[in-house]
Formats: sequence, C-alpha cells, structure tokens
Amino acid sequence: MTTPMKHPDTYLDAFHRLDQRAAGHELAWLRQLRAHAFERFSQMGFPTTHDEDWRFTNVSAIARTRFSLPHEGRGRLLRPELLPPRLGNPEARLTFLNGHLVRELSTFPQAIQVSSLKAELERSPDTIRLHLGRYLDMQRDAFSPLNTAFFEDGAYVHVTRGKVIEEPIHLIFVSASDRPIMSHPRNLLVFDEQCEATVVEEYISWPGEVVFSNSATELIAGESTTISHYMIEREHGEAFNISTLRIQQARSANVASHSVLLGGGLVRNNVHPVLAGEGGECLINGLFVGTGREHLDNYMHVEHASPHSTSRQFYNGILDGHAHGVFHGRIVVHKNAQKTDAKQTNRNLLLSDNAQIDTKPQLEIYADDVKCTHGATIGQIDDTALFYLRSRGIEERVGRRLLLMAFAGQCLERMSAGAARSHVEHLIHEHLSLIEPLPGEESEPVAVERTLEEVG
Amino acid sequence: MSLLEIKNLRVRVAGHEILKGIDLTIDSGEVHSIMGPNGSGKSTLAQVLARRETYQVIDGEVLFNGKDLLAMKPEEAACEGVFMAFQYPVEIPGISNTYFMRSALNAMRKYRNQDEMDAMDFLPMFREKVKLLEMDEKLMSRSVNEGFSGGEKKRNEILQMAVLEPKLAILDETDSGLDIDALRIVAKGVNAMRSKDRGMLVVTHYQRLLNYIVPDRVHVLVDGRIARSGGSELALELEEKGYGWIDGEAQATVPAST
Ligand SMILES: Nc1ncnc2c1ncn2[C@@H]1O[C@H](COP(=O)(O)OP(=O)(O)OP(=O)(O)O)[C@@H](O)[C@H]1O
Ligand SMILES: [Mg+2]
Repeated sequence: MTTPMKHPDTYLDAFHRLDQRAAGHELAWLRQLRAHAFERFSQMGFPTTHDEDWRFTNVSAIARTRFSLPHEGRGRLLRPELLPPRLGNPEARLTFLNGHLVRELSTFPQAIQVSSLKAELERSPDTIRLHLGRYLDMQRDAFSPLNTAFFEDGAYVHVTRGKVIEEPIHLIFVSASDRPIMSHPRNLLVFDEQCEATVVEEYISWPGEVVFSNSATELIAGESTTISHYMIEREHGEAFNISTLRIQQARSANVASHSVLLGGGLVRNNVHPVLAGEGGECLINGLFVGTGREHLDNYMHVEHASPHSTSRQFYNGILDGHAHGVFHGRIVVHKNAQKTDAKQTNRNLLLSDNAQIDTKPQLEIYADDVKCTHGATIGQIDDTALFYLRSRGIEERVGRRLLLMAFAGQCLERMSAGAARSHVEHLIHEHLSLIEPLPGEESEPVAVERTLEEVG
Repeated sequence: MSLLEIKNLRVRVAGHEILKGIDLTIDSGEVHSIMGPNGSGKSTLAQVLARRETYQVIDGEVLFNGKDLLAMKPEEAACEGVFMAFQYPVEIPGISNTYFMRSALNAMRKYRNQDEMDAMDFLPMFREKVKLLEMDEKLMSRSVNEGFSGGEKKRNEILQMAVLEPKLAILDETDSGLDIDALRIVAKGVNAMRSKDRGMLVVTHYQRLLNYIVPDRVHVLVDGRIARSGGSELALELEEKGYGWIDGEAQATVPAST
C-alpha cells in the first residue's frame, strides 16, 4: 500500500534540478542508478500504516511537508564549539551541514582513506562503483530509493587489509534551517580483511526546526574484520530522521552496531545486517530514550545467509511523557544457514501512563538446525529497588536516575571501552538528566540558544 | 530521651490491619529482639520504621531521637540514622556494590553537612569492613546483590550497616537461611557494631541467633500485637514450647500503654 504523494511535483522538480549538479552527475552509471531509484520511489510512494513494516509509524507528516533541498554553501555556518567533542586523537572527523561537507570543520587523516563521497566520485569513480548501491535494499521501502536518488554527499571510508584503527572515525551530520529542508546523507564504509575500526555517525538538529534527514549507509566488512558502528541520533521534537544501515558481512567478520536514539519528532532507525559469510557474528545493540511526543522506531532486519553465524539483538527503551517507541525485530534464517544462533531481547521502561511501546518479534526460519530466541519486557521503575536505594539514604530522584542509568548501562556495557563509548555515556547521562533532573539541575535552563549564525 | 519510642502503632496493608497497636521503647545501647510466628507483622513493623510507603499508618506515633519518624521519607529516616537489613535483599543490576555504598554514605554525609568522601578515602575503610564480614572483595565490583547466594546477600546487608553506622539497626531475619558458619560471621559483624550509642532491633524466628547476639529484651509479636515481653530467657522458653501457649493468652493481653 502506498500514499498518494501530496507533492510529487516537488520531488520531481527537485530531482531534475539535482540531476544537473549532483555529485557524479556526469557519470552515466550513477545517473542511471539515480534515475532507477527515483522511479522506484515514485512507484512506491511513502509507506502507510497498512504496510506491515510501518504499522506503528505514520510518516504522513513527511509526505505532507514541502521540504526543499538546500544548496551547498548557502545559509549558515556551524559554530564549531557547539559540535560534539572530539573523539580520540589523532582522528578523522567529517562534518556535514544539510547534507554538504563543511571542510573547515573536517579533518582528514593521513593513514587511512577517509574522504567525502562526492570528492571520491570525482577522484576515483570506479572504486565507488564497486560498492555503491549494491547492498541497499531498494524493494522494501521508499526511503532507500529516495536517498539514492537525492544524495549529494556523505562519507567514504576505506580501511585496507590488516589495518587497526584505534581511534574512532567521527561523522557528524547537522540539519539546520529556518524553513523545512531535507538531506540524504549517503555513506560508504569499506573494510578489507582483518582490519579493525570504529565509526560513529552522529545526527543533530536544533530545537524548533523542521528538518528531515534520510540517511543511508552501506558498510562492507571483509573477512575476519572487527567493526564497531555507532549511530547516535539526537534530534529535536520537530525533526524527522530516517536512517538505514546496511551491513554486509564476509566470512568470520564481527560487527557491532550500536544505535542510540535520544530524541526526535519522528525517528526510524533501520539496521539490516546480512551475515553472508560463514561464521559471522553480529551484535545489534540499541538504546532509545523518548520524551514529550517523540516517536522512536527501531526496525531490525537480520539476515542469516550462511551457516554458523551468530546474531544478538539487545534493545532497551526508556519512554516518558507521551513518547511512543517501536521495536520491530525481524530475523530471517535462509535455507542454507544451518547452525544459526540468533537471539533477540527488548526491554522497556515506561515512565508515564501515556508513554507507549509496540514491540514485535518476527522470525522467518527456513533452515532446520537453528537456535532462535526472543523475549520482550515492559515495566516501570522497580519500586522495591527504589525503596532499597532510598532506605540507604539516597534521595528519591537520585535513586530514580541511578536506576535509569543502570538500565541504560546494560547497553553501554556491550560497547567496547574507548572514546566512542565514553562519548555515548556522556550523552546518555546528559539526556537522562533532562528526564530526571536532580536538585539544582532544573534551575539551569537547557541550552536552546541559537547555535548557528548567518554568514551572508 | 529514648532512641526509639513506638506508641500505639496501627498499620494497614492492602486493606488489612496488620499492626494493631504496638508499644515499644528502645534506648541507645540496648538490643531488643522481636520473635513471632509467620505473618504476625514483624516485617511490617521493620518496613514501617524504614518508612516504606506502601504501609499505611492509621494510628499511633513513632519518635526517633525525639523526632517524628512517621513524617520522614525513607531517605530522611536513613540519614537520621535508621537502618533496616532487609529480610529479602534486593538485586539491582547495573549498580555496583562499591558505587552504591559510596553514594549512600555520601548522601548521609551531605545530609549532616559533612564533606563527601572521595574514592581514595572510601576504599580503605570499605575494604576493612568487607574483610570483617569475610566477603570476597570481587563481589564488591559486581552489581548490588546480583547473583549473590542467600548467605552473601545477608552478609551484604550487615556490611552496609557497618559502612553506614546507623543509630538504630533493624535486622529482619538476617539469620534465616544461614548455615552455622555464615551465622557466626553475621553475628560477629553485628556484635562489632554493638555500642552504647546504638540501638538494635533483631527480628528472628529462632533462638539460635540470640546465642550469639544476646538481647536485653525479647518481645513476642502475635497477630499484630506484642503478646509478651521478657528478658533473653523468654527466647529459650519459646524455642522449647513454641508460640502456641502465648497465642492463647494473647487474646487476654491488653497492650500496655505507657
Ligand atoms: N504488601 C503486602 N500486601 C498484602 N499483604 C501484605 C503485604 N505485606 C504483608 N502483608 C500481609 O501482612 C501480614 C504480616 O506480614 P509480615 O511480612 O509483616 O509478617 P512477618 O511476621 O514478617 O512474617 P514472616 O515471619 O513470614 O516473615 C501477612 O499476612 C502478609 O500476608
Ligand atoms: Mg518477615
């Protein structure tokens, strides 16, 4: 089922205009990829709640809003001091504003290949052609085709065989505008055999701004490679954020995907690993914290396509106010994927009577010798535990915060120690302090100060 | 002024009156024991004193060091010096024992306008108490009570008491489920805490514990009332004869209102 698009001409016009200036617009294969994608998008239209995969998430507000595609170099410049802190050192850090690279706020390392996708399309299009669009699922929903048709830039990372990158590669995507805009960041992360690396994608917007970020990342993990990927999403109440992470795992590759959703008007985070090689391992770890009227949807599609592969999904949700959380964990075990070991756990804390969670496991098993388990819990803050803390002198609010931190801590514990985890830990602390302020904290106004300035 | 004065305390739980007029006075330096059959209200009394809010006080008064205990929140009572060792200690995944104890101690120090203790000062003191209770130090970096054996949980309660140094310690069946070695360790921990500045209320089913922790007074709680009080010899008598003989008399016993 599809929604008739409210403004198909908006997208068509935008597509025609983009066609003349987009990254790699002179490359025939890319033009064709985009044209197919746009066609696909036009056919499908935005999903509706009749679509099984979108039952709990209504995107009609996205379909209804007229978003424009901002040009590069227009508008505002970011104030560097308001960006997230540096992760590690030496580091690679790319900052994008409304889908375009901000060179002044980016650092490119010497040792590894980290660049903007746009630059790489100019420099060595054939390398990009090897991977771009090969993995992303274009059949299931309109957002991946939309991204493919409209992407302007994103990160390109290539780590060669045997390299161990200690410090995280930090990719920051800021959406900022006083009128509705969209951006479609596209990332290509390629890791050859036996390397190790951490990539952090962080999506940010400012309060009150109507922005739509629709990102797609293709992550290719070569044989025996160990990768940590972080998706940090901290948008505000008016923002729409759709993100898709498609992971392709070769033999014995070990990938950890950590999604941390800390707000946004409508957020949908798709994680789609395919364990294509034997003996692959995938951890899909997540935390989502919603307040106000936020809507946070976690959609997992884990494909076991080879024997002896293992996947672990652990998602913890904290929902306050009228927030609505969704956990949809789909596990598909292909016919030849014997000895698959897949486990799924979703735990939720509802802090208010009006908060809501929809949790849905979906197992599709076509092999006969597999181990698949799933479980979900929904509860409140444990009164007995809270009383225990208070009976030892700990104030009620401090106790509640400790219990929330402990609950969120279950997700933190699954991240390897290092700069990325510390960063996430700090963000979670900060975010939970808004939900459960301690005495003295609530008097400090939350920084809603403008974080951008006009440049002309 | 007495450390604890309970006057005609009546408490309701889930619509039922469980405590039907308790009078009890404990002075600093004294150890009192409460015994009584299952369901007689011993834990209810302990929990009310620790200010668990699910228990509804319908009548009576409790003064702690002359202050109205029933007006206090659990954390205030704790900071004033009330400590209850839980009959069923609670597991708290994700918070380590060490972190928990330092947070608790610092909350109390803050309440008393004392400086907070940093990890450097806290740890040596904490380790010493861990040793006193003969506990494995490794347990302390683990989550509160998570995966602890029954005995370890009970010892952990006494460890917490040793760290927090309360003025009134209420032990709710800390002896239940302990083997004789663990019982001795718990008793050693408790006896190390006996002092003229501290009162104790020891809830137990068995006389066994009272061989090690000899009480000044023993009270028998039957059906929400103190049916009989006496010296430590009363515990022996109960051990021998059970509660049946008191049960009968309880009906006739009018709670003394002093
Ligand atoms: N939260 C509660 N809800 C309902 N009833 C309760 C609750 N707590 C206690 N009760 C009831 O109150 C009565 C007294 O319980 P309490 O736990 O105080 O007894 P106890 O003397 O400590 O017993 P035991 O020796 O078994 O520990 C019992 O009948 C119990 O079922
Ligand atoms: Mg009891």
